[in-house]
Amino acid sequence: MNFETTIGLEVHVELKTKSKMYSPSPVAYGAESNINTNVIDFGFPGTLPTVNKNGYRLGVMVALALNAEIEHHTHFDRKNYFYPDNPKAYQITQQDKPLGHDGYIEIEVDGKKKKIGVEELHVEEDAGKNTHGNNGYSYVDLNRQGTPLIEIVSKPDMHSPEEAYQYLENLRKIVQFTGASDVKMEEGSMRVDTNISIRPVGSKDYGTKVELKNLNSFNHVKLGLAYEEQRQAAILKQGGHIDQETRRFDEKTGETFLMRVKSGADDYRYFPEPDLPDFEISPEWISEIKANLPETAAKRRERYINELGIPEYDAGVLTDTKEMSDFFDEAVSYKANPKLVSNWLMGEVNGYLNDKKIGLLDTKLTPEHLAKMINLISNGTISSKIAKKVFQETISNGTEPEEWVKSKGLVQESDPAVLKPMILEILDNNQQSIDDFKNGKDRAVGFLIGQIMKQTHGQANPKVANKLLMEELKSR
Amino acid sequence: MISKDEILHVAALANLKFEDSEVDSFVSQLDKIVNMESKLSSVDTTGVEPTYNMGDTNTVFREDKGIRTQTREQMLENVPETDNNLIKVPTIVDKEDDE
Repeated sequence: MNFETTIGLEVHVELKTKSKMYSPSPVAYGAESNINTNVIDFGFPGTLPTVNKNGYRLGVMVALALNAEIEHHTHFDRKNYFYPDNPKAYQITQQDKPLGHDGYIEIEVDGKKKKIGVEELHVEEDAGKNTHGNNGYSYVDLNRQGTPLIEIVSKPDMHSPEEAYQYLENLRKIVQFTGASDVKMEEGSMRVDTNISIRPVGSKDYGTKVELKNLNSFNHVKLGLAYEEQRQAAILKQGGHIDQETRRFDEKTGETFLMRVKSGADDYRYFPEPDLPDFEISPEWISEIKANLPETAAKRRERYINELGIPEYDAGVLTDTKEMSDFFDEAVSYKANPKLVSNWLMGEVNGYLNDKKIGLLDTKLTPEHLAKMINLISNGTISSKIAKKVFQETISNGTEPEEWVKSKGLVQESDPAVLKPMILEILDNNQQSIDDFKNGKDRAVGFLIGQIMKQTHGQANPKVANKLLMEELKSR
Repeated sequence: MISKDEILHVAALANLKFEDSEVDSFVSQLDKIVNMESKLSSVDTTGVEPTYNMGDTNTVFREDKGIRTQTREQMLENVPETDNNLIKVPTIVDKEDDE
């Protein structure tokens, strides 16, 4: 029996706002416990929520970037549940008229392009964070309670773990380049829930859906889904049946295990949020947001190739993250040669980041400093060998390259009036090398250049020194 | 007819526990209320747009400024038990965190 896999993904993304979705409490990752909470977040009687305009705007940005239609008349709904991470005992969300619907994300697997549908997107609020003690108590921090989220619900259009992986990669990239979210799985600003079922090829009805949770990276999503495909197929081949259940992925074993069996649909008793008015999202506002959408990764890549002459592969690497791409754009804006900036970012800078296992923004390197250093090489002030020293100093200590080069006396010697007498003297003392050169031994040139470098402590401009040396050699 | 099971289901969703005798009286009471409400469905609402909100305001947004309107001390004043500025609650293990 051959099976066909059906996968749907629900992705929660934290929106980058200054305040919460329904209260003015500040939003900050890693703040002191319960410091950013107020009576609204705690659900005190008599308090009223208000909708964060910027939170909604960022949601619309994401929806537009995912090619979705924006809902013009909307309202909010209550989703009721009891859990200590949300003392209101309900989440304010958009069940009935989500912010956006019918979008898509393009993916490419094995050279084949495919559109994966986005069913709908809606804004809602995050819950607080629980830590469980082993003393029969849990500890609740409500700082995260109320943080704006957008939930992106895909259509069940994916048929392999690889397609799900590509969907997530592209979703992350698209959202990241809008600037609406950091989309960091490791900080929880992007979270993924998956639904997977399999059915015999040709069958009309979908198989029983299994929900997979605790997926902390895209790789885990891929591994967890691949394990589920196998597990479910093995059960069906033996004539068994799949239970509707929620399973957890265990990263140590690569297996999934049962968390809880679902008995019927969850009963959240949704109803329209009576504490918030209806909302009209005007076409003018949508157009304005659309007009101000930041350049996408794909557009930036094209621009790098067509306008800046960056090779295709390199342009792809530069636009892999917004951090890198922004850094590149800013360095180029300081009039540094784009190709050189690209080479430095992909070579020395990436090497440094991999070596130290840190991100670009964790270093002291600024686009301005990198551009200045590259310009010092371009205008012959320093050699590329010296540049590596300058680079280490600048990225480690944030030192301004131009002044450092001057203060350390690292400026390259390019003046023929200084180099020529030195070369004459070296030649006078090395008649043997001149003879070797005349007899066709090119090695002699290398030796003589070495002598020049020795006398100038490596600061002679190799191009100028070479030119002067060859002129002099040929004239003897 | 509202069943006893429905009453128990709704009670569970609302985190409420009742004595058996109470449940029986709720069955008849709630049955009357639901029957009364069901008269509403005899009205023909074909072509009528649903009303989601009774207020006369529309589209009221708040500007995105982070403000602390209460101090942490004030907020934790009514919390039964705290530990290191965290709210201490009995462990709930059968549900996971990120709902």
